[in-house]
Amino acid sequence: MGSVGRGGWVGVLHADHRTPDIGAIARYRIDFNSHPWGWNVAAPTLDDWKQMYHALWRIRLFEAQVQRLAATGEVPGFPHLSTGQEAVAVGVCAHLTRDDVLFTSHRGHGHVLAKGSDLKATLAEILGREDGLCRGRGGSMHLVDAANGVLGATGVVAGNLALAAGAAWAAQAQGKQNISVVFFGDGATGAGAFHETLNVAALWRLPVLFVCENNGYAEFTSREEHSNVTHVSSFAAPYAMPAKTIDGNDLPTVFAAAREAIEILRNGAGPYLLECMTFRMAGHYVGDAQQYRSKEELAAIRDKCPIERLKRHLMERGVKQDELDTIGERAKQEVQQAVEAARAAPRPDATRVLEDVYRSPSLNAIPG
Amino acid sequence: MEHTFIEILRRALDEELARDASVYLLGEDVAAGGAFGVTKGLAQKHGDKRVRNTPISEAAITGLATGAALCGLKPVLEIMFIDFATLAMDCLVNQTAKYRYMSGGQLAVPLVVRTQAGAAGGAAAQHSQSLEAWFVHVPGLVVVAPSSPAEAYGLLKSAIRLGDPVLFIEHKRLYTMKEALADDAEPPPIGKARIARAGKDVTVIAYSAMVRDALEAAEILARAGVSAEVIDLRTLVPLDMAAIAASVARTHRVLIAHEAVRNGGVGAEIAARIGTELFDELDAPVVRVGCPFAPIPFAPALERALLPGSRDIVRAACQLLGLETPAQE
Repeated sequence: MGSVGRGGWVGVLHADHRTPDIGAIARYRIDFNSHPWGWNVAAPTLDDWKQMYHALWRIRLFEAQVQRLAATGEVPGFPHLSTGQEAVAVGVCAHLTRDDVLFTSHRGHGHVLAKGSDLKATLAEILGREDGLCRGRGGSMHLVDAANGVLGATGVVAGNLALAAGAAWAAQAQGKQNISVVFFGDGATGAGAFHETLNVAALWRLPVLFVCENNGYAEFTSREEHSNVTHVSSFAAPYAMPAKTIDGNDLPTVFAAAREAIEILRNGAGPYLLECMTFRMAGHYVGDAQQYRSKEELAAIRDKCPIERLKRHLMERGVKQDELDTIGERAKQEVQQAVEAARAAPRPDATRVLEDVYRSPSLNAIPG
Repeated sequence: MEHTFIEILRRALDEELARDASVYLLGEDVAAGGAFGVTKGLAQKHGDKRVRNTPISEAAITGLATGAALCGLKPVLEIMFIDFATLAMDCLVNQTAKYRYMSGGQLAVPLVVRTQAGAAGGAAAQHSQSLEAWFVHVPGLVVVAPSSPAEAYGLLKSAIRLGDPVLFIEHKRLYTMKEALADDAEPPPIGKARIARAGKDVTVIAYSAMVRDALEAAEILARAGVSAEVIDLRTLVPLDMAAIAASVARTHRVLIAHEAVRNGGVGAEIAARIGTELFDELDAPVVRVGCPFAPIPFAPALERALLPGSRDIVRAACQLLGLETPAQE
């Protein structure tokens, strides 16, 4: 069984779920003029879907560059790639305005880009440069782009959930219309903070969307080995929170499910837990040889590639291979330009390393 | 007119709620007045949206308060006992403290975490600890530990107005202490110690409830002809080294007193700083008074035996000065 929520919210398992027709997405009531991508998500046209196809490629190629730059030693630390999970990021973030806030995890590059953050500034941060989103202070696992509503990535699994609920509480308390979205992996459900946050978010009816990217692995350990609970969405029912399990690799499916969930949030009806079944095409971190996964499993994952799947949808709608290639090529050039710009960006000035420990300037001279 | 520590905290919170619409109180039982009655009546006056009860979920409510602080609220979170802050440590240490820095200065966390610490009245090993040293060790947090009701009033207001995350530690032993409040007292700035009693023979550095013991010890010492200066640190981060240096330059002898265990305590840091920065001023090694390395026991006789107090300060001060310990009643 899949997830069962209250009030007729019955979860949909990806196995028996039907992909919505991308031309049949009904009109959405929110004015998305302020969307950073300029997508017409109110009633997506074929061009909008092509833009989302482009967004998938940007993330895929961005991660490929991060992987390459990590291999050559240009990326400090240990970046975690979202390769294969792009449809979740794009399908959810398509509905977010700049005022909506987003929290993500150690595997967050794709979410930040899908929210509309600048390719170069994001990559410059991952390279530890002064022009990076956080001036090189945060890095791959702590991306923040406050002006774009990206309020941060937390490297401690499940540490971001309550922050997102807190941002939703602030919106609710101040009578603001924005919502809060948090992305996390299925591994986070092992942490107490996950359950504590679901409880209080449901109790206070906070406008927060919990998006679980269930890629089947908590780091190196498969879901079967770390929980008896097959579907993360089933945790929502006891808290009387609506939830759904969907095919997270199919962009139209994610888009439609996210829209439905976000409509509930925007109507003030409280939080929603959206479980997106997806696949981590890369290892846990760059350099992970993935010896815990079989060749068959890795081969099957490639068949489920979200880019390939959206491509099939688009070709069914008459889009030609040439045009799709052109879109991919455009994304490649954008990413390439970002790589060149980020690599040329200055490194942070080491004499300023003690700045911004505190907001109060007088506190920043505390001797260690 | 005199008020208890609890009443004065309530007044400070009441006034800040009225002054600034972005101030919100949250915590376990706070709408009902809180476990110690600090927030009694505030939900009725300011509404249950501004003064909000939470589930017993320290990890989640600390995250809630931090996330809300990133988005325009100035939450004042009550963690009922500092012992329970253990359940909130991921958020406090990995997120709350580091958000300003990790974001390269884009965001700030104007959050006050009020908590209650220290041993008194048989609260035993899990409700009596003095864990301030853990937080003093984390860059990004401010740590405040007031020593009296009037001090708490001003320091709590300053903490709420600061704009950085503050751990505000209230000692349960002080909750019933009464003090009058000056009508026009300006809240003291964060990071400035005060001289609680002037003296010339020895400097006693203390904070929180131990300032009361230090003042009592100074009185006993005065009767024995010893003039002790008592420094009330008020804030542990930042540490007012200038005030310490000025006092040591007068007395040349230093004693540091806290209720927390000596091992790895705040006193160790202060002693090291004095040894490094003020070595030439010292006429004797720096001495520390603190708890022996044991959990706080339950039985009153055992609790009394373990906890440091004015007698220990008097004894240590006399040793420091090469004097015989005077008889204490």
